[in-house]
Amino acid sequence: MTQPSRTRHLPALVLLAALAALPFALGHDPYLLNALITTGVVTIAAMSLNLLLGFTGQLSLGHIAFFGIGAYVSGLTSLGFDVELFGGLRVVHEPWPPAVGFGLAVLATAACGYLVGRLSFRVRGAYFVIVTISFAEVVRLVALNWVELTQGPLALTGIPPLGLWLPGLGTTVLRTKLQNYYLVLAVGTLCYVLIGRLVASRFGRAMRGLKENESLALSLGINATRTLTLAAVISAAMAGAAGSLYAHYLRIIDPDVFLFSTTVTMVIMVVGGGKGTLLGPVVGGLIFGLLPVALRPVMVPEAQWMVFGLVLIGIQFVMPRGIVPGLVRLVAPRRPAAASSSPVPAEVRP
Amino acid sequence: MSERAVPILSVEHVGVRFGGLVAIADLHFDVHPGEIVSLIGPNGAGKTTAFNVMTGFLKPSQGQVRFRGTSLHGLQPHEIVRLGLSRTFQRTSVFPDDTVFDNVMIGLHRRSRARLVDTLLGRDRAGEAALRDRARELLDWVGLSGRAQEKAGALAYGEQRLVGVALALATEPAMLLLDEPVSGMNASETQVFVRLIRAIRDRGVTLLLVEHDMPMVMEVSDRIVVLNYGRLIAEGPPAVIRSDPAVIEAYLGQGSAARAAAQSVREAANA
Repeated sequence: MTQPSRTRHLPALVLLAALAALPFALGHDPYLLNALITTGVVTIAAMSLNLLLGFTGQLSLGHIAFFGIGAYVSGLTSLGFDVELFGGLRVVHEPWPPAVGFGLAVLATAACGYLVGRLSFRVRGAYFVIVTISFAEVVRLVALNWVELTQGPLALTGIPPLGLWLPGLGTTVLRTKLQNYYLVLAVGTLCYVLIGRLVASRFGRAMRGLKENESLALSLGINATRTLTLAAVISAAMAGAAGSLYAHYLRIIDPDVFLFSTTVTMVIMVVGGGKGTLLGPVVGGLIFGLLPVALRPVMVPEAQWMVFGLVLIGIQFVMPRGIVPGLVRLVAPRRPAAASSSPVPAEVRP
Repeated sequence: MSERAVPILSVEHVGVRFGGLVAIADLHFDVHPGEIVSLIGPNGAGKTTAFNVMTGFLKPSQGQVRFRGTSLHGLQPHEIVRLGLSRTFQRTSVFPDDTVFDNVMIGLHRRSRARLVDTLLGRDRAGEAALRDRARELLDWVGLSGRAQEKAGALAYGEQRLVGVALALATEPAMLLLDEPVSGMNASETQVFVRLIRAIRDRGVTLLLVEHDMPMVMEVSDRIVVLNYGRLIAEGPPAVIRSDPAVIEAYLGQGSAARAAAQSVREAANA
């Protein structure tokens, strides 16, 4: 990870620089900025889904639940609530700063990830898919029907924007689209770096081992339950962070944040971009996140799904493993050393 | 081996039943430190089942396995490896989508003590570098340095076996179980593997093999344990096993000696 790592990170750095410069190129167009922010938020969620789907091979079709829980926890923390539980127990919560809500959203979704991981990684594959779908549906129904807490379909409104404390500058409340754009970009970059470090470590290697050959991985001393639960916790926490950003940016959330179709969009982003690669969900996220912007003048949102499907089929036809692995193969058809963690090919050593 | 040595592995009256099917009836034998022992028997004799019991992939219906005095009862596969008992697999011995080098890096999982916090903060560069050095040493040792950057799944069968051995050795075992290590190998590949097995023993690793290749078993083993229909039918050094009537019968079929005699009488009559 010494010499080749600089060139290996080059595409990501170029992309980051381009994204940082993008608002200036667009001339602060509010409609496009808004599309970029929501795309960025969903892309962070797709990155977190990729940690599970791409690196451990477990498909979480209820990933939107973590996103939605993050949004509601963050929103409720900063709005406050007053609910009556069973037996006349009344819980009153005074509003706290949105930044605390963000932290709590991450912690709460990490805990949910732990529970779902423990419950379902004992039964893998199809069972995990079913558990995650059920989990998301239950959470959606709670958000819809516990009107006293969540306002149900009337939505949580007036969620305050996030404030950012910077040394020397004091606290800035992030009201403008431009500020929110850079906040999402910063959180996305942080998640990218964290996932990158995780998958390059013994933890990531354990995940890959379990995905490729579980019996062999177990016989090498890899603890399957612990490894997969760890992946679920980190994945859920990042999805929760994305949900929190979403809530404080839109400042209104309703039970529709739990829509199954958003999970499907995330899966399309991951698979189209290239699952199991770091940049895959980012590239897929940008393409499928911004596709509706390009399609809006020509068709209604419902019809856009057909284009999504066609684009995904097209990508899979040309690049079966997704855009990023396909491009890597195009650029460097014979460069296996670059994909490895070995700095020196064994052949050239004395 | 005599009474003086304490066994490293004791299989104590192990039985395995799948419903009404008896895979292993009552298996009882010891392996002593530094030995190369082979477990042989016809197809379906229960050899791989015995391996799966020893490594925690199967729970025995009766009896138990002790490793270095510790009962393995109720332990998960990953916990048993940590005690120093490692294994290879018959067919799928590699992580096919990773390079050979990264295979060994995955195998070194337990050699790294990196904590999650240090990993996320990027503070484990030294540990990772040490791990890569270790991986290169292991690949050198099994003779796969030239293949380090190739996808493990793309290697020839025999080389995949070597990767499997490197992976098992990465866990630094005190004892290694090899499940049919030379099946599908030609004579010269088998000879290379025999040398490797001896070299592994010289590293201080005790070996237990399941193998069908009789010449190889006879050549490499200090002692042979013979299973048939889930029962131990013979045990001893190769010279004794080779001439054991129960073993010959198990491999050639019941009454084979008598049939051979009758055949020669008939031939004599027809002549």
